[in-house]
Amino acid sequence: MPTGGGSNPGDRRYTTEHEWIKAEGEHYVVGITAFAQDQLGDIVYVELPKVGDQVEAGQAFGVIESVKTASDLYAPVSGEVVEVNGELIDQPQSVNDDPYDAGWMIKIRATDSTVLDSLLTAEQYSEQTGE
Amino acid sequence: MLRTIGIERIDQLFEHVPADARYPVLDLPPALSELEASRHLAELAAQNVSVKDWPCFIGGGAYNHYAPSTVGHIMGQPQFYTAYTPYQPEVSQGTLQASFEFQSLVCELLGLGVANDSVYDGASAVGEAVLMAQRVTRRERVVLAGSVHPHWRAVVQTYVAAREVDVVTSRLTIHDTGLQEQRLLELVDDDTAAVVVQQPDVFGHVRDLNGLAEAIHERGALLIVGVADATSLGLLKSPGDWGADIATAEGQSLGLPLQFGGPWAGLMACKAEYVRQLPGRISGQTSDHDGRRGYVLTLQAREQHIRREKATSNICTSQTLLAIGVTAYLALMGPTGLRDVARQSHAKAAYAAERIAALPGFKLLTPRPFYNEFLVDTPLPTAELRQRLVERQILAGVPFFYDQAGFERTLLLAFTEQNTRAEIDLLIQALVEATA
Repeated sequence: MPTGGGSNPGDRRYTTEHEWIKAEGEHYVVGITAFAQDQLGDIVYVELPKVGDQVEAGQAFGVIESVKTASDLYAPVSGEVVEVNGELIDQPQSVNDDPYDAGWMIKIRATDSTVLDSLLTAEQYSEQTGE
Repeated sequence: MLRTIGIERIDQLFEHVPADARYPVLDLPPALSELEASRHLAELAAQNVSVKDWPCFIGGGAYNHYAPSTVGHIMGQPQFYTAYTPYQPEVSQGTLQASFEFQSLVCELLGLGVANDSVYDGASAVGEAVLMAQRVTRRERVVLAGSVHPHWRAVVQTYVAAREVDVVTSRLTIHDTGLQEQRLLELVDDDTAAVVVQQPDVFGHVRDLNGLAEAIHERGALLIVGVADATSLGLLKSPGDWGADIATAEGQSLGLPLQFGGPWAGLMACKAEYVRQLPGRISGQTSDHDGRRGYVLTLQAREQHIRREKATSNICTSQTLLAIGVTAYLALMGPTGLRDVARQSHAKAAYAAERIAALPGFKLLTPRPFYNEFLVDTPLPTAELRQRLVERQILAGVPFFYDQAGFERTLLLAFTEQNTRAEIDLLIQALVEATA
């Protein structure tokens, strides 16, 4: 996958809260960054919304729990959850092993995808995290 | 120091207290010596009447069961008695193991996969269970059976008071045939998070919960079953057997003294799949570097010291010492001992019910089957009858429902293995005399 800056793929956008969002067909896939999973340590549990739930940009949509702490997951865009990664229930470590692909969390049908333009690019995000 | 905080005189610290309340003149008698004071206190204490002095038939959430003396001795061990929260497993193995054993016993007793290390008491356990069901279902509305202990229902109301939660209680009425309750399922809708029932209910009735859990689950809600007298589980099906998603119980009956209404311990268990939403401390078994068995607090990210405002609860704590008492009681009694306590308690209630129902003017209102407690209609207003029984040195009845239509002359009576046949005969005789 093309990298736009550091180890962060350039085919998606990033939030200051360390989520990534990527267009996939008409929906948007959301996960957390390599930096975030590294800071959290071993992920032991991911609490995700249900399909059909509404999420709001900047608001918590779930919780990620590591051996060290528990943190909220923030939605980069508003919309409806169309799919959740059920694999994470039994394999939460996928978030550690492969945060940008197998470790994805939810897919959103965005109500306003122009919000994406205001999110960080891979270069900007890498700069922010110093990676 | 005064200068550092920017004042001149210490009096300034107390200026917000009204002047006349600052140094009131106390009209106190001359000081007593230690000997005199302890004598005086003993005299005052002797004016109390306890369940050791008079026959007790009071139930309604607290039951006068027998606790083997070993329970008190184990609770009195300084290693347990003085221990603080076992955050440091390397110096807390005894407490953590006791907690783990408590949880294992609670799982067995309540018939569910996972239990916490107790909450304040049976009432707050129901409150926590309701909040938990709201988190699991992401719904708000709560349906309470009218036959749930009124104090438990009041605690649930308190727990949800700050949020505009719709709490619905099923109607309870007294007919010629006895107590009747509105069908719970009529009240369950697609916004309902949980249905709460007490088993046996507050009137002692052992409810038929067959099919209830399935019907509630069809609506996407959870079933919470609360138990007031946990010795009943020696004989009856567990909440888990009835399909409960969350179960709670008051631990008092299991070796804890009545002690004026607490402190006791609230037992709380749930289906394993909901463990992330279970509030409170959980002790887990693990192995150390060398493969030896050890215990640690586990799943702590649910708790307030890790997750702060997102914690499953900021208003619970474990009653570890009392939970250790419950653990000692259950370990001492074993399944056979507990069954014997339950059988005796029920047999004594059954004997009393038969005799009381035959008295003129008395009628059994609790539907059969009951466990160790039942409500009777009597010829006298409840307060008056209780007073007349007190004059005859008998403790009976709980003032729950007097003010409700149909309940003005009812008496709630409970029986345990401690009540002898002679005591029960004394109660019957007193009821006859009091209402003659």
